[in-house]
Amino acid sequence: MPEITYRQALKDAMIDELERDENVVIIGEEVAQYNGAYKVTEGLLKRFGPKRIVDAPISEAGFIGMGIGASMLGIRPVMELMFWSFAYVAWDQIINNAASVRYMSGGLINVPIVIRGPANGGTGVGATHSHTPENFIANTPGLKVVCPASPYDAKGLMKSAIRDNDPVYVMESTIMYNDKGEVPDDDYVVPIGQADVKREGSDLSLIAHGPSVLVCLEAANVLSSEHGIEAEVVDLRSIRPLDEETIINSVKKTNRAVLVEENKPFCGVGSQISHTIQSQAFDYLDAPIQRASALDAPAIYSPPLEKKQLPKADVVIKKALEIC
Amino acid sequence: MTKTTAQPKRARQKPEKADLSSEAKSPVNADLTKDQHTKFYTDMVRIRRFEERSLRAYQQGKIAGFLHLYIGQESIAVGCVSLMDENDHIITAYRDHGHALAVGMGMDECMAELYGKATGCSKGKGGSMHYFDPSKRYWGGHGIVGGQTPLGAGLAYALKYKEIEGCALCFLGDGAINQGAFHESLNLAALWDLPVVYIVENNGYSMGTSQERSSAHPDAGIAARAEGYKMNWAHINGESIFDVREGVSAAMKLAKSDSKPSLLEIHTYRYQGHSIADANHKKYRTKEEIEDYRKNHDPVSLYRDYLIDAKLLDEEGVKEIDQAAKAEAEASAQFAEESPFPPEEDILKDVYWEEDNPDQKTSGGRIFFND
Ligand SMILES: Cc1ncc(C[n+]2csc(CCOP(=O)(O)OP(=O)(O)O)c2C)c(N)n1
Ligand SMILES: [Mg+2]
Repeated sequence: MPEITYRQALKDAMIDELERDENVVIIGEEVAQYNGAYKVTEGLLKRFGPKRIVDAPISEAGFIGMGIGASMLGIRPVMELMFWSFAYVAWDQIINNAASVRYMSGGLINVPIVIRGPANGGTGVGATHSHTPENFIANTPGLKVVCPASPYDAKGLMKSAIRDNDPVYVMESTIMYNDKGEVPDDDYVVPIGQADVKREGSDLSLIAHGPSVLVCLEAANVLSSEHGIEAEVVDLRSIRPLDEETIINSVKKTNRAVLVEENKPFCGVGSQISHTIQSQAFDYLDAPIQRASALDAPAIYSPPLEKKQLPKADVVIKKALEIC
Repeated sequence: MTKTTAQPKRARQKPEKADLSSEAKSPVNADLTKDQHTKFYTDMVRIRRFEERSLRAYQQGKIAGFLHLYIGQESIAVGCVSLMDENDHIITAYRDHGHALAVGMGMDECMAELYGKATGCSKGKGGSMHYFDPSKRYWGGHGIVGGQTPLGAGLAYALKYKEIEGCALCFLGDGAINQGAFHESLNLAALWDLPVVYIVENNGYSMGTSQERSSAHPDAGIAARAEGYKMNWAHINGESIFDVREGVSAAMKLAKSDSKPSLLEIHTYRYQGHSIADANHKKYRTKEEIEDYRKNHDPVSLYRDYLIDAKLLDEEGVKEIDQAAKAEAEASAQFAEESPFPPEEDILKDVYWEEDNPDQKTSGGRIFFND
């Protein structure tokens, strides 16, 4: 199987879908002539031309809302946000319009839009540029949100997202764009709403999404080699819909869980998962559920402190050792 | 300064070449003393040298994230700030180092902020895009394109409410004019007669997008959009600090005496990429274009030539100013290098006013959720 980057995997998915469905268009700032601020759309303008690959001005509320409107008439826009942090200027479109049109029309309309872009901290860009809004999205019925953490999942989830008949928001990570992994050439999809066990283990479940999955894999290796603890790493992949079954099966097997994410703790993804576990697997728990989230403050710039603010392997290991 | 309603031209058509020696005679410029000229020129050179030094630090890996350099646009920050008095306020976007130094923030605290040090102007918490110093009436440093534009209206609203005769200078880029928040701000400013001066630093590009590719009706230029709000507007040639001062002072006067907003468009150019990470910046524009601006329209060189011609400064003086600026920038890098990083517990400080002032706590309940 070819090894490609996460970035290339996303692009391959878009190329497949642009070829498969003439209603797929890509719109965003600097996606065409500049080849993408993070080069995810590199070469697409050349290949598909300016009707399909469109540079937008810095008018997120306008062009994302336009994409929602176009999707009501059957276009399948894949909108790039240069950073998910810039979503907030378009929040009414992203949260209100995209999520509610179907409901308010009594199911007469659907909104097959994809909004994608990086949502991660850890790159020294400060509080305005380091948001991870998947918890807000997941809090909104009508929306779906996925967070691929490997090149394989990036391609498969992106293709599912574009084919989906509801709004699907894809949260990527600038830190992972260069990561390589095995990705088949063929036309596979990763169904939305399926978690993936990225590492099997019997003593403890580390449950995470996005870049935190990589942190958990690193922590699991240390737990195994230095502490003799075998951690299972569950990659949620999709936040809403949420694969409760995989979470519960893992906890029933290991009886312990640490929930890891870059979100802030209050109403983070882990809050919901914690509830899921205690309500569906209460009797299987041998210890309280632990969480490792970002420290509860806006993202700090200062590079060494930013590293401390985000949950890294050392924090995950500490939390794990508290309950093992 | 020209107003171009009658004969609209393409916005990025260059304004006619500035003639500093005649613009120096206009009323706001005619009475400038030698000391004032020297200070303005020195500040422009200081900004440039500071940023060149910060670029080196970035390349050495001392600075994280983005670094958006202001080099090429110095006449705007310095010209505008030179008109401010103690009731005037300033707010800008992420290309904010020039404005910070112009209002008198020190190179040390500015460089230390880039290094993420505790001695930085924002204690290392904000970084390059998020400088602040309210004691200098400098309200940031804002990372979200257009995000500062309603805040600028808000500063003006507060001044008016408090019946202070001052104004707010709110800077933005030519790309930012397409944000909804900016249009809403223009309407509010005009509707409520707010003393705010919106200053579009039109450097021709928003990242890799030329103005023609981002803005409808480029022929009329950016400032003409003010017509839709019946707001005062003007085009200014940024290569001349005198033109900047003349155009902006008229708008500030209107803001302060009549409480009327303005939208000014200042033609300028950035020599570096959008940020230092912008590896494409010689692809979306030509080398010749960059060279032409550097050679023929550089605001620092043009000002220097004027000062020498007018015998306000000699070659020796120019050299001294330059060397002093370089030394100051170098010392600031040293200062930043030697300064400590903030302690870890600082991550959770400065989030809530009441948490930082526990003797004046106003609410009960748990406020932070770290385990
Ligand atoms: C809402 C939002 N969208 C996109 C960005 C990314 N971005 C930062 S600067 C910039 C270009 C802005 O250009 P302009 O307003 O002309 O200012 P300049 O950089 O030329 O000073 C873009 C697209 C952002 N910071 N915020
Ligand atoms: Mg610009």
